[in-house]
Amino acid sequence: MNLHKDEIETIGRELDALEREIHASLGDRDRRYILRIIAIQRTLSLVSRLVIFASIAFLPRWGHALSGWLPFFTVLAAGTLGLGVAKILENMEIGHNVMHGQWDWMRDPEIHSSTWEWDNVCPADQWKHSHNFVHHTWTNVLGKDRDIGYEIMRVTPEQPWRPVYLLQPVFNLLLALLFEWGVALHDIDIQAISRRRGLLPEDRRRLLGVAKKAARQGAKDYVLWPLLAGPFFFWVLGANAVANLLRNVWAYMIIFCGHFPEGVHVFTEEQVRGETRGGWYVRQVLGSCNIEGGKPFHLMSGNLSHQIEHHLFPDIPSHRYPEIAPRVRALCARYGIPYNSGSLSRQFGTTTAKILRLSLPTSRGAATTILG
Amino acid sequence: MELLHRAAHVMDLLATPLSPSHYLELVNPLWSGRRLCARIESARDETEDARTLTLRPSRGFRVPRAGQHVRVGVVIAGRQMTRTYSISSSPDRLRKDGCFTITVKTFEGARVSHFLVRDARSGTMLSIGQPEGDFCLPDAAPARLLFITAGSGITPVMSMLRTFASRGAMPDAVHIHYARHSDDVIFRDELRRTAMIYTRRLHPLQETAPKAHFTAEQLDERCPDWRARDVWACGPQGLLDALTAHFARAGRASSLHIERFAAPLLAIPDGPHESARGGAVHFRKSGLQTRTDGRKVLLRVAEDAGIDAPHGCRMGVCHTCDATLLSGCARDLRTGHEINEPGARVQLCVSAAAGNLELDL
Repeated sequence: MNLHKDEIETIGRELDALEREIHASLGDRDRRYILRIIAIQRTLSLVSRLVIFASIAFLPRWGHALSGWLPFFTVLAAGTLGLGVAKILENMEIGHNVMHGQWDWMRDPEIHSSTWEWDNVCPADQWKHSHNFVHHTWTNVLGKDRDIGYEIMRVTPEQPWRPVYLLQPVFNLLLALLFEWGVALHDIDIQAISRRRGLLPEDRRRLLGVAKKAARQGAKDYVLWPLLAGPFFFWVLGANAVANLLRNVWAYMIIFCGHFPEGVHVFTEEQVRGETRGGWYVRQVLGSCNIEGGKPFHLMSGNLSHQIEHHLFPDIPSHRYPEIAPRVRALCARYGIPYNSGSLSRQFGTTTAKILRLSLPTSRGAATTILG
Repeated sequence: MELLHRAAHVMDLLATPLSPSHYLELVNPLWSGRRLCARIESARDETEDARTLTLRPSRGFRVPRAGQHVRVGVVIAGRQMTRTYSISSSPDRLRKDGCFTITVKTFEGARVSHFLVRDARSGTMLSIGQPEGDFCLPDAAPARLLFITAGSGITPVMSMLRTFASRGAMPDAVHIHYARHSDDVIFRDELRRTAMIYTRRLHPLQETAPKAHFTAEQLDERCPDWRARDVWACGPQGLLDALTAHFARAGRASSLHIERFAAPLLAIPDGPHESARGGAVHFRKSGLQTRTDGRKVLLRVAEDAGIDAPHGCRMGVCHTCDATLLSGCARDLRTGHEINEPGARVQLCVSAAAGNLELDL
């Protein structure tokens, strides 16, 4: 990357102007969009839970014309899938984006970053700190952005190898399955705790917050809704667990594709010292990757498939990213800034290959420099 | 009761992190048990620029006392905006058919009022607050009353008069109203009818000359026994200031009850006077820094800095805009008191900077 200082400042001004333009155009149409998505999500989640209950009526033991394992599992799977989709929508297109303050401009206390709590074991306040503040400010800066490998994995050759990374393929799989727990414990600096061999009051407060939130989430999915099914407790519990699992694996895939695919850039603290607004923008582009797909795919990814646009403008409502993406891409082309965009299979494939490769001791790479 | 309480707790857990009410609202927003809203049932033009809206509130709305006001939130260009309006119907109306009315007069530059008068249709949903305010008659109404109103200040008084009428218990009352023009008098026909029914008690509406302002002579002429009456007055700042001064001079300050449409803020003097100083305001969460004087309310400072701060009444009533003071000093412009305790809540809509300060916003 060899950008002149003036070029970086021009890029900064152009992107600032784009942001102002979109902010000024927000209005009723956008409000209708988020209200509709919220209504669809809530309806889907309630209906799916009822479908899961309805599947019980098809158990073979009832011996009626429609009963049997096949109809039972078909209906159960439909309900489970619906609930999984509802949870994905809630966490990604709604929760993640509302907590970013993308809808604060509506001044609606119901849909506001300061009041939103999401369907996830991670408490909203901790998420807003670890994600909105730490990750979005220090995107891909080694030693600062804890999203680089989530402190347990080596996702870029610039991270020095340690023997524990030999187990990384296993960590990777576990993180995919238990992703919401990874997210929940993300705001707690585990490395610092192990260095100190003790918990600070701040750590205790965070852990207690996670425990409280997790207790409520667990009571809902694994105790109360199953109890409503009486003797069929375990069928409902299983369906809810699978729905949570679906959400975990999907969120893991989308999020890992955001910053780890082949070709993404990382930076050192040294390089970002004294960074200007323009430099920050360029770093966001270089450190993020987009996933290509159709409208439903973008919706299901919470529009994090437009990770580059999201990182440039974290508080622009997500459904506007598709319309600004071509403009950002054209700007990048003009200045020769690589715009990392590919299919889900390309982005996820290279991410997974990299994680497997980097579990072995490979040579250290060099972090990217924006200024030539 | 205990059992019901537990059941509600279980229902909450089933819906966590939302509440069961969130799902009920999908069917009908008025079933909400956690936030108040209202649907416009009908709209009726009163004058050229005033309209009465009949509102059906969601469950949990308290029966107001005659003279109270409510916060009303509308959505304009996707953004929620909130203002406060007096209830113009009698509380008995709510008991009868579950509705109440507000009467809104629009004026130049009033976005919310303009929306309610010109654009709101039946079926439009509004967010509302609980009835608030202490501009109310005591339970045992004084035997002799004088109402002094101007413009849309007539609305809370209308609620009182309607309550007397619906209960068939009209006290001895005089009503003086200021309007720019006879056609501008909201509820004129109804007031005349009411006065005809209660000829011996309610004196016909005393309409002043067009564009007249309050004077002591006028009061003596229109209501010679004003010193013997309890007075309820509502209208623009100028009228209320004149009344307050006049009643204080006459030693009758305690008999005057007033309702203001805006928080009476202290006049912070210009110049090098110590209390006029503003300072640098740092909005910590938004990462914004700006400078202000000692008069501009912090809510406006935040909005001008580009922060979409939640707010409600903009007159220091509802506490929607409260923010935590992290450091520095703010001044409550209603009382002049300085707020300098870190962690204190600052009502942004009625407070200004008193030196540098930092807010958790």
